[in-house]
Amino acid sequence: MNTTRSGSLTASGAATTGDIAPARDRRHDHGHQTVPSDLTLRVKALESLLVEKGLVDRVALDALIDTYEHKVGPRNGARVIARAWVDPAYKQRLLTDATAAIAELGYSGMQGEHMVVIENSPKLHNLVVCTLCSCYPWPVLGLPPVWYKSAPYRSRAVIDPRGVLSEFGLELPEDVEVRVWDSTAELRYLVLPERPTDSEELSEEALAALVTRDAMIGVTKVKQPGAGSPT
Amino acid sequence: MNGVHDMGGMHDMRPIQYEENEPVFHEQWESRAFALMRAMRAWQKWPGDAFRHERELITPAEYLRMSYYEQWIAALVELLVKTSLVTRAEVESGKPTPNSPKAIPPLTADNVAPLIARGKPASREVPVVPRFKVGRRVRARNIHPVGHTRLPRYVRAKLGTIERDHGVFVFPDTNAHSLGEKPQHVYSVRFAARELWGEQAARHDAVYLDLWDDYLEPA
Repeated sequence: MNTTRSGSLTASGAATTGDIAPARDRRHDHGHQTVPSDLTLRVKALESLLVEKGLVDRVALDALIDTYEHKVGPRNGARVIARAWVDPAYKQRLLTDATAAIAELGYSGMQGEHMVVIENSPKLHNLVVCTLCSCYPWPVLGLPPVWYKSAPYRSRAVIDPRGVLSEFGLELPEDVEVRVWDSTAELRYLVLPERPTDSEELSEEALAALVTRDAMIGVTKVKQPGAGSPT
Repeated sequence: MNGVHDMGGMHDMRPIQYEENEPVFHEQWESRAFALMRAMRAWQKWPGDAFRHERELITPAEYLRMSYYEQWIAALVELLVKTSLVTRAEVESGKPTPNSPKAIPPLTADNVAPLIARGKPASREVPVVPRFKVGRRVRARNIHPVGHTRLPRYVRAKLGTIERDHGVFVFPDTNAHSLGEKPQHVYSVRFAARELWGEQAARHDAVYLDLWDDYLEPA
């Protein structure tokens, strides 16, 4: 099965790092102008106003940003998945009470208060979306990528999940059931991908390194070890 | 409300734009916008559902034009004005009204980590009798509330099956408008893809939605 990200996704091509402006332009490909140049000024003015009124503390803002830029992200989720692969009792707890099982590894809180883990198998593939906004399990995956919050993904994931998966390079046979989970309430979903077959020798840490954000959203599978570095 | 935010099943929204090694924030203003919203939430002047609804109130053309955090800033400003934390004149001038009192921020750097770790559970430990049992066939109600709702259009009037009872949660349709929490059961409801989309959908596929009691009726 082809689990590499094929050229059919319009992406872009791995934008070189630091090349931020073109990335932003791609993201705004709705036939309109680029982000108004005054956004930086508008947000700065709002922040100054709120600080001057004593409504926010600038250091607290820095701490919030630092948390989601550096501390919380998909590596957390990858550790949860790797633990489930090596520890059947943990996996059982994860599938029955995901919030508590994830908290065992120290991940909890905002936008992960009510977690559900859904397990892939050779005959079942799960895919997570939020058609109404951008609901996403922050404690285990961090903040969502732009494509997850975008109109193309939100509109199509429920009506054409196989087409979406195909754009991510994943073609599934018809006898594999595709389940789409639309996060319409306060439950937050994490996909437990299938463990790669050639991974018996790997440590839990090495397994975690194989698990990608995209596999935990359900748009890809976890690659075989040695099949290329995960993103 | 039947807004453009409710986009499940719409066509022609362009291909998915994937970015390799995407940064958490693309520009500094995005990170500030994110943090400002989270920090202002600490005033507890509005429920989380109200913030979602405020974004839905952005007009359709603007909603589609704006980037994600641009929507956040637009919604935040509206909520700040509606809750009288700031005035429109202050937002426009960027300066506090002369001689206005200075507040003390409820969120300091020290309590950012505890705030995040604690989260804000939407479940409620109150005894509410579930209207449906697991395995029960149900129909999503054909309703079109003009306010906030988490019942997407694509599932209304469709038949599904209760797969799991998640327990009792705050009801967004009232909570977003400060009309009370109206706690009730939320269920994971399975809809066959063909029930939703007809013969064009794959035979065995399904879509699961988390739906409140008030969104459902017996089939």
